[in-house]
Amino acid sequence: MQIDQKREIRFSDETMATVQKIIKRYPEGRQKSALIPVLHIAQAEFDGWLSPAVMDYVASIIGIQSIEVYEVASFYSMFNMKPVGKCLIEVCRTSSCWLMGAEDVVKHIENKLKIKDGETSADGQFTLKTVECLGSCGTAPMMQVGADYYENLTLEKVDSLLDQWKVEGKRSRYC
Amino acid sequence: MGKKLLLEHIDVPGINTLSVYRSKGGYTALDKALKTMTPDAVVEEVKTSGLRGRGGAGFPTGMKWSFLAKPEGVPRYVVCNADESEPGTFKDRYLMEKIPHLLIEGMIVSGFALGAKSSYIYIRGEYFYVARILEQAIAEAYEAGLLGKNILNSGFDHDCYVQVGAGAYICGEETALLESLEGKRGNPRIKPPFPAVAGLYGCPTVVNNVETIAAVVPIVNMGGAAYAGIGVGKSTGTKLISASGHINKPGVYEIELGVPVEEFIYSDEYCGGIKGDRKLKAVVAGGSSVPILPADLILKTANGEPRLMSYESLADGGFASGTMLGSGGFIVMDESTSIVKNLYTFTRFYHHESCGQCSPCREGTGWMEKILHKILHGHGSISDVDLLWDIQSKIEGKTICPLGDAAAWPVASAIRHFRGEFEEFVRNGHSIKDVRHYYRLNGLPEPAYS
Ligand SMILES: Cc1cc2nc3c(=O)[nH]c(=O)nc-3n(C[C@H](O)[C@H](O)[C@H](O)COP(=O)(O)O)c2cc1C
Ligand code: FES
Repeated sequence: MQIDQKREIRFSDETMATVQKIIKRYPEGRQKSALIPVLHIAQAEFDGWLSPAVMDYVASIIGIQSIEVYEVASFYSMFNMKPVGKCLIEVCRTSSCWLMGAEDVVKHIENKLKIKDGETSADGQFTLKTVECLGSCGTAPMMQVGADYYENLTLEKVDSLLDQWKVEGKRSRYC
Repeated sequence: MGKKLLLEHIDVPGINTLSVYRSKGGYTALDKALKTMTPDAVVEEVKTSGLRGRGGAGFPTGMKWSFLAKPEGVPRYVVCNADESEPGTFKDRYLMEKIPHLLIEGMIVSGFALGAKSSYIYIRGEYFYVARILEQAIAEAYEAGLLGKNILNSGFDHDCYVQVGAGAYICGEETALLESLEGKRGNPRIKPPFPAVAGLYGCPTVVNNVETIAAVVPIVNMGGAAYAGIGVGKSTGTKLISASGHINKPGVYEIELGVPVEEFIYSDEYCGGIKGDRKLKAVVAGGSSVPILPADLILKTANGEPRLMSYESLADGGFASGTMLGSGGFIVMDESTSIVKNLYTFTRFYHHESCGQCSPCREGTGWMEKILHKILHGHGSISDVDLLWDIQSKIEGKTICPLGDAAAWPVASAIRHFRGEFEEFVRNGHSIKDVRHYYRLNGLPEPAYS
């Protein structure tokens, strides 16, 4: 996969204004509370993952040590410590989804995209990940792409979504 | 039809907006509390109501509130637990998405009762879009003078913020949640001190589940005594149940506590029976952490009494023959379900979600996952089943937070009630492969299942 090494790590003015607003909502001296919300913003802005350079940048904005950012980023499963495809597909594999056929959904996506769970397609378009319960058990099986939930999946539904995403070069949408 | 206190107006178009919410009586509890009640009077009503925490443990909310330390000059916080990551549970998402102002109103009333000027709603990161809905509702509330300074001219100030997590079940445990809210890893704290004394930023803090805080609104409106009149015994009021699995009508149902389990599963008002008229095999009644029960024990207690959807009735018989109401994540399994495979998904979950602080949980969950994997793939032996039992018994009660117990109970109960199935797997693992979903999803006739 291509990683743009020379890309400047800096929030746009607009994003920076949002970040500063978040930092201000905690009591004086408790700005570290902004870390997780700001990491989400950073991940969305810088290609869907947190490189060391991005984490150092976030540390400098919040005014904490880089190590404090690394230890947090690596704890939470939504933070990607490695590059991911433009479109990150996360399929729930826990009980209720498994009961309703999540394994077949995963197998189907694996076959169709020719990647295994955890892998990224050669063109850098798709990454497939199985994840734990996403609070959508009543509408199982389900998958999440960026901020969007796709529920009550059938293999046909998955097919048509993947076909559409291939054509449009879908990017995960975060909000 | 049972009484609905939280979801009564859920289908009203636009109920997510302030104007429609108000037209249905929204924010009258806030008005009533601020204008006619003292903070302590609100706490008293909550005590009288008998409301118990809806996040899983069922601790009496009024009692928790009365434990809150009130040192002079130290801020207090109300924190709403919207982490909702217990497999099988999706009620908080439904409530926040559909009727966000009910939670916001509950937050402000709770803030008033507890003397908190700030509150945080900690919501799991995957619920991005729900967080946006809440933020929108909060912005509307500020605009209408329901949040901010001098709310409804009462002199009470309150700010409410939404904080997103980033994928960690453990952050639903209240002290891990507070750590996360402080920008740290979600490692649970050693208690005491309890959050009521030293919580967020070391200040006295109350942490309550979304549904608990929402329930404060009808309690203030109708009075604690009237609320206590609903339900059965010490299980007062209504409860949101997330129903999933092999049922005709999965979804979120508000029940009056005390509905018979049989009615809940089979009546068209609720789950509508088992899909394809198959037989019921087992139920996990309160989210992945509670003991699984086979059909006969979920429908009737060991004494032959009808089992009810209440804290006491579900727990009847202890862990030998009962379970827990937990978070109300009701997962139904039909006769074709492999209990061993289902347990594997749970155990893999707990291994994935263990924060890693305590050795019994960190090592034990991974070990149990490996053993189950081995059994599932036809390489297990009878002694592996005994080993599983042994490991779970050495996790339970030996960790800083209850995640260890939550990982142990599903294993213990699956072996207790379905040992034969484990042994069957050990003897002839490959013959029980679970392929039927493939047929179901593709609408093909299912082959006979042996
Ligand atoms: C591992 C673990 C996960 C938990 N997850 C949640 C959760 O997602 N939501 C919740 O409200 N409570 C959860 N709890 C319970 C909380 O620790 C706490 O008891 C609860 O938020 C208190 O609120 P309540 O009294 O209103 O239920 C969890 C507990 C443990 C041990
Ligand atoms: S089990 Fe898949 S969303 Fe809950």
